Amino acid sequence: MTTRIQEAFDHAKFENRAAFIGYLPAGYPTRDSFLEHAKVLLESADLLEIGLPYSDPLGDGPTIQRASEVSLLGGMTVEGTFEQARALRAITEKPLLIMTYYNPILATGEESFIASAVEAGVDGLILPDLPPDEADTLIPLANTAGLKLTFLLAPTSTADRIKLVTDNCTGFVYAVSVTGVTGARAIVPTEVPDLVSRIKAISDKPVAVGFGVADAKTAHGIAQVADGVVVGSVLVTMAGRGESLHAKAQEILEGCRR
Amino acid sequence: MTLPTYPLPNERGRFGRFGGRYVPETLIPALEELNAAYAAAKVDPEFLNEFHSILREYVGRPSRLYFAKNLTERLGGAKIYFKREDLNHTGAHKINNTVGQVLLAKRMGKKRIIAETGAGQHGVATATACALFGLECIVYQGEEDVRRQSLNVFRMKLLGAEVRPVSSGTKTLKDATNEAIRDWVTNVRETFYVLGSVVGPHPYPAMVRDFQSVIGEETKAQLLEVEGREIPDALVACVGGGSNAIGLFAPFAYLDPTIRPRLIGVEAAGHGVESGLHAASVAGGKVGVLHGSMMYLLYDDNGQIQPAHSISAGLDYPGIGPEHSFYAETRVAEYVPATDTEALEGFKLLSECEGIIPALETAHAVAYLRKLAPEMGKDKIIVVNLSGRGDKDVNEAMRILGDLEGKGESND
Repeated sequence: MTTRIQEAFDHAKFENRAAFIGYLPAGYPTRDSFLEHAKVLLESADLLEIGLPYSDPLGDGPTIQRASEVSLLGGMTVEGTFEQARALRAITEKPLLIMTYYNPILATGEESFIASAVEAGVDGLILPDLPPDEADTLIPLANTAGLKLTFLLAPTSTADRIKLVTDNCTGFVYAVSVTGVTGARAIVPTEVPDLVSRIKAISDKPVAVGFGVADAKTAHGIAQVADGVVVGSVLVTMAGRGESLHAKAQEILEGCRR
Repeated sequence: MTLPTYPLPNERGRFGRFGGRYVPETLIPALEELNAAYAAAKVDPEFLNEFHSILREYVGRPSRLYFAKNLTERLGGAKIYFKREDLNHTGAHKINNTVGQVLLAKRMGKKRIIAETGAGQHGVATATACALFGLECIVYQGEEDVRRQSLNVFRMKLLGAEVRPVSSGTKTLKDATNEAIRDWVTNVRETFYVLGSVVGPHPYPAMVRDFQSVIGEETKAQLLEVEGREIPDALVACVGGGSNAIGLFAPFAYLDPTIRPRLIGVEAAGHGVESGLHAASVAGGKVGVLHGSMMYLLYDDNGQIQPAHSISAGLDYPGIGPEHSFYAETRVAEYVPATDTEALEGFKLLSECEGIIPALETAHAVAYLRKLAPEMGKDKIIVVNLSGRGDKDVNEAMRILGDLEGKGESND
């Protein structure tokens, strides 16, 4: 059975472009406005990453840190995040992914978290602080439930790590564009082509590149080598200001064309 | 001279189910590099000689094992000895670890050093080691702690370090650690992260323990000299992340249970464990993951880390290191709470009774002696880790004790 995630990457490839993956934190700036922004974003984006707000997001820069704080102050919970996903699943067939740090999964219980995610119509999880080495219980549970897992790779990753991570990614592979945390950057990440080619040399799974992508030009550069482009912080900033994401999402989508 | 070898952690950095490496992938190669470099250094006579020579000539080791006659008489029970880590250069046990890690950084060719600090003792100790070896030093400290520990902030600056206040989250040690990790993720190739406690991803909990084990190793030799036996009846130390306690406990923890002394870690109970405003991770926490490691941790039903609360900035941390978590779960050690109020009483008691002003962290361990010592016979021996001196806390204590006694300056 082809999954929504695979279909999304196949569809983008058919249109001769990289898939556009948008990120928004659940409950930011409020539950209702998250849904409004997500709907607009999904008109352009091929996949949506929903951030599960966390108190100590050590892989995130200031934009997502602040958004997480706002969302948590607004009362966002694990169940609330699943509710937001459920509401989107009712109106879209595009893949929905939850990006979460590990402690909320541990607190909920791995089995229960996975069951709730599947029930809410979530297709996969993205795990920024859980390397496959520490996921030996989560991996079989997710596989059994049909929930896809995405682990991350970075410019510092060695051949051994690339092998381990790509072997365990069941959705797509997430390549971090720079050594660093999330956040919009003006510079074009120079380490991307090397990293993506090292990944592609040993894996045929789709590779999406994220961290620091904020405009069509950067997206376009990445689209030449990768299967997907992840855009987060710039959208979060705009959502926080109450601006429509329509034009920005269109711009990024155009940038994704090869 | 050597560094001790322990049966744990295993090669995946686990103490039972605790520990591990829950970090962004960017850091995994750096942790592997660090692990390999440390393993090589640990058996290299040149490294060990330099480490022990600095401990002796610069830090001033061995630190004294002092028999507290007055306090022993006052409490009327077991004989109380203090391991005087407060007499080390920079005034706390933290320097044992920082000279070890900074030496390792030098050996690895890393020129840029970063660290997190709560009370500022680890920041000062890191800045000191960097001054000694001529390395760039950046210290992250929560804004709340920058305020509470202004003397140490000035010290760090004087030593040539850059202090970066952290304004996110609770503005204390937890958030300073987040920010240090973010810096490390960003500048990983040229940067060495000097972690100050037995927390964090493998190999930090093991490496910090090994460098701090000099505390317990010296205690054995010193006790043998004065009491004719290496093993006391009880060891007591305050615990936040747990580095001073592990330094005292680890050399005894893996002894056969029939001869092992009682190991008692005193957690900061703030306003009381039942109040919810505390930093007692064993008494009031659950197994969770923070800063790269599985450990006992304070968090809510949604996995959100709960703010710790303690009068002492150095214990104001929501987790307790993985090896302590393992000791707690397997009952190798006991973990008991002491409140802010009890700690202040300990602070006054040791000052009045022995003429030693302890750090507010250490005062938690002193506070517990009031319960423990009278329950134990006069032929029994307790060794307490006097982990730091109290100069840094005098302003804060004056503010609080003054208020308590109605003599302090009013804030309202």
